Amino acid sequence: MLYNLPFVAVVVLTIIGLATIVLKRNLIKIFLGITILESAVNLFLVSLGYREGGIAPIYTNAPDRLMVLPTPQALTLTSIVIGVATTALLLSFAIVIWKKYGSIEIGFLRRLKE
Amino acid sequence: MIPPFVIENSPALMVIVPFVAAFIAPFSGRVAPALRALVVGGAMAITSAITLLLASDVYAHGTRLYVFGAQAATLAVPPDSGGIPVRIMFTVDPMSALMLVITAISAFAVVLYSLTSERHHSGLGSYYTLFLLMVTGILGMVSTGDIFNFFVFLEILSIASAGLIAFRIDGGVAVEAAIKYFVLSTIGALAILFAIGIYYGEYNALNMALIAQRMQFTLLDQLALVLIIAALAMKCGAVPMHFWTPDAYSMAPSSITALLVVASQASLYGLFRTVFSLYNIALNAACVGWLIIILGVLSMVVGVTMAIPQKNVKRLMAYHAISQTGYMLLGVGVGLAVLGNQPLLDAFGYMAMEGGIFHIINHAMYKGLLFLTAGAIFFRIGTYDLNKMGGLGHSMKWTMIFFIIGALAIAGIPPFNGFASKLMIYESVFAFNPVLSVIAMVVSILTLASFVKVFHSIFMGPVLPEYKDVREVPRPMLAGMGILALVVILFGIFPSLVVETLVAPAAHALADQGMYIAAVIGGGV
Amino acid sequence: MDMLFTLDTGAGFWNPVLWILGAAVAGVIALILYSLGEKGYRKGTAQEDPFISGNPEPEKGLVHVRSGNLYWGFLDAMNGYYRRLVPLHTGDLHDYVLWYMGMTALFLVVVVVFR
Repeated sequence: MLYNLPFVAVVVLTIIGLATIVLKRNLIKIFLGITILESAVNLFLVSLGYREGGIAPIYTNAPDRLMVLPTPQALTLTSIVIGVATTALLLSFAIVIWKKYGSIEIGFLRRLKE
Repeated sequence: MIPPFVIENSPALMVIVPFVAAFIAPFSGRVAPALRALVVGGAMAITSAITLLLASDVYAHGTRLYVFGAQAATLAVPPDSGGIPVRIMFTVDPMSALMLVITAISAFAVVLYSLTSERHHSGLGSYYTLFLLMVTGILGMVSTGDIFNFFVFLEILSIASAGLIAFRIDGGVAVEAAIKYFVLSTIGALAILFAIGIYYGEYNALNMALIAQRMQFTLLDQLALVLIIAALAMKCGAVPMHFWTPDAYSMAPSSITALLVVASQASLYGLFRTVFSLYNIALNAACVGWLIIILGVLSMVVGVTMAIPQKNVKRLMAYHAISQTGYMLLGVGVGLAVLGNQPLLDAFGYMAMEGGIFHIINHAMYKGLLFLTAGAIFFRIGTYDLNKMGGLGHSMKWTMIFFIIGALAIAGIPPFNGFASKLMIYESVFAFNPVLSVIAMVVSILTLASFVKVFHSIFMGPVLPEYKDVREVPRPMLAGMGILALVVILFGIFPSLVVETLVAPAAHALADQGMYIAAVIGGGV
Repeated sequence: MDMLFTLDTGAGFWNPVLWILGAAVAGVIALILYSLGEKGYRKGTAQEDPFISGNPEPEKGLVHVRSGNLYWGFLDAMNGYYRRLVPLHTGDLHDYVLWYMGMTALFLVVVVVFR
C-alpha cells in the first residue's frame, strides 16, 4: 500500500489538474492546471524508477546495494525543462491577451469561432 | 563528390544544421538582414539536401540506424548490454524517409517564399529561429526511434509552432489562436508522456523496436495506446478534435501555415507509427482500424461541409485540410482493419495504405501551395475576407495559375496528383466497404464545389476599383509556389513512378513490424 | 514507357499521359467546332456590351458576385444540418478540451471492450 502511495498521488493530481483546466475560467488558473498535470506526470515518471531502499545511481565508489533507476530521473529532468518553457510561453500569451482584450477570462477568448 | 562523412552522419546533421542555424539567425540579423537571409536560406538548402540524400540512401539500401554516442553509427545493441538497445537512436525506415522528403521539399519552398513575404515585418530574428526549430522538430519526430525522443521533438515542434501562430499579434486574435492550440497540444503531449511512462514501467524500455518486441497488450498497454492515438489524432486535426485547426491555421502567417500542414502530417506519422510499429497485430486490428476509419470519415464530411460557408479564405482552406486528413486516415485505417489477414491485405489492404500514404505527400504539396497563394493574395490586398475580394485574376496571373493547380489537385481532378491518390483510395476502399468509398467521392465533389466558389470570388469578375493598382507578387514568392506547383504536376504525371519508388516501400515498411524490429535488434532475438 | 506512367490501382489503372492525349484530342475537336462558328463578331463595337433588357449597365464593381452570395441555395437546403453543426464550433477553450477528453474516454472504452 505504502509503495503505491505515489501512484495514488499521481491519479489525484491528474484529476485536480484536469478539473482545474476544465472548470476554471481564468487563463492563469487554467495554466496552473496544466502545471499540476505536468507535476502529476513527472511524479509518475520518478516513482516508476524508485526502488525501496535504493541509493543514487552513481557508480563511482558505490556500495554494493540496490540503486534507483537513473533513466526516469533523466526523463523527468527533461520534462521539467520543457514544462518551464511551456509555462513561460503560456504566461507570455496571457500578458498579450490582457493587454489586447483587457481580460483574461476564457469567455472573452471567443473571437475565433465557427 | 559528397564526402562520406556527410552520408554517414546525415541523420544527425539534418537535425543539427537547422538547430544551430536557428540560433545563429538572430545574431546574423544584427549584422545585416541580407546576411540573415543568407544564413537561413543556406541552412535550409543544406538541410533539405542532406535530408533528400538520407532519404534516397534509405530507399536504396533499406532502413538506416543512427545511434548517438555509439562507437559505430549502426551499432544499436552494444555487446555488453545484454541485447538491449540502450542509446538514443534514429531509425529511418522508408516511411520516415517519405516524411523526410515531404518536409525537405515543403520547408525549402516555404523558406524561399517567406524570405520575401516577411521582409517588411519586424521581429524577423525570432521568426526564423522558431521556423528552423519547427523544421528541426518535424525532422526529428519522423526519424527518431526512441519514444521519449519523439516526445521531446514533438514539444520542440509545438512550442515553436505556438510562437509562430501568435507571431502577428493582430489585435490579440492570433495570440488567442495560439493559446487554444498550445493548451490542447500541451495536454496531448502530457498524455503521450504518461503513455511513455507506462511503457517504461512495463517494459523497461524506451526504444520503439524493443517495446514493440516485448508488447503484451495488457490493460495498461491499451491505456497507453488510447492516450497516444487520441493525442496524435487531435494534433493532426481529426474531427471531433479539430476545433483548434481552423483557428491556428487561419491566424498563423501563411508561410507558417504551409509548414503547419507538414507538422500535422508528422503527427499523423506518429499515429501510424504507434499503431503499426509498436502494436501491429497485438491489438484488435479491426476495432482500432474502424476507429481510425470512423475518425477519417467524420473528418472528411465535417471538414468539407464546414468549409463551404466560410468567409475567411484561410479558415476555409484549414477546414479542407481537415477534410483531406480524413482521406489519409480512411486509407491507412482500411489497411489497419485488415492487418493480419494476408489475403485481404494483398487484395486491397496494401493498396489502401499506399493510397493514404500517397495522399499524405500529395496533400502536403498542394495544400502548402494553396496556403502560399492565400498568403500571396494577402501580401497584395491585405485581407483574407472572401467577400472583399474579386477580379484579382487580371493582375495576379501567376498566383491564379498556381491556385488553379492547387485547387484542381485538392479536388481530385485529373491529371493532377490528388486524383491519383484519391483513385487508389476509392478503389481499394470500395473493395472493403462500398459506402465509405461513396462518401469519399461525394466529399471530393463538395471540395471541388467549394474551390470553384473560392476561385470565382478571388480571381473572377471585373477589376474592382479598390484593387486597381495591385501587382503580381515578387519573384522569390512565385518561385516558392512554383516549386510546389511543379511537384504537384510531376507527381500527377508520374504517379506510378512515385508510388513504386516512394510510397509502396513506405506502406510495406509500415505494415511489416518484424522488419522494423529486426532492423534495430537483429532478427535472431 | 508503360511502366513509367501506368499506375495500377487494384481494380483498374490510371494513365495520366493517355488522359492528357485524350484531353488534347477533345481540345482540337472543340477548336475545330469553334472555328466553324459565327464569323460576324467584331471587337470594339456594341456587340461587346452586355444586354440587360435595355437597362443601363451597372458599374463594374457592382457586377461581381461576392462569395457571400454563392451557394446560398445549398446552405439553405442543408439548413437543418448546419444549424446543428456550426454552433458546436463555439470557440470556447473549455469545449475544445472537453471534446478531446471525451474522445479519449470513448476510445478507451472502445479499445478495452473490443480488445
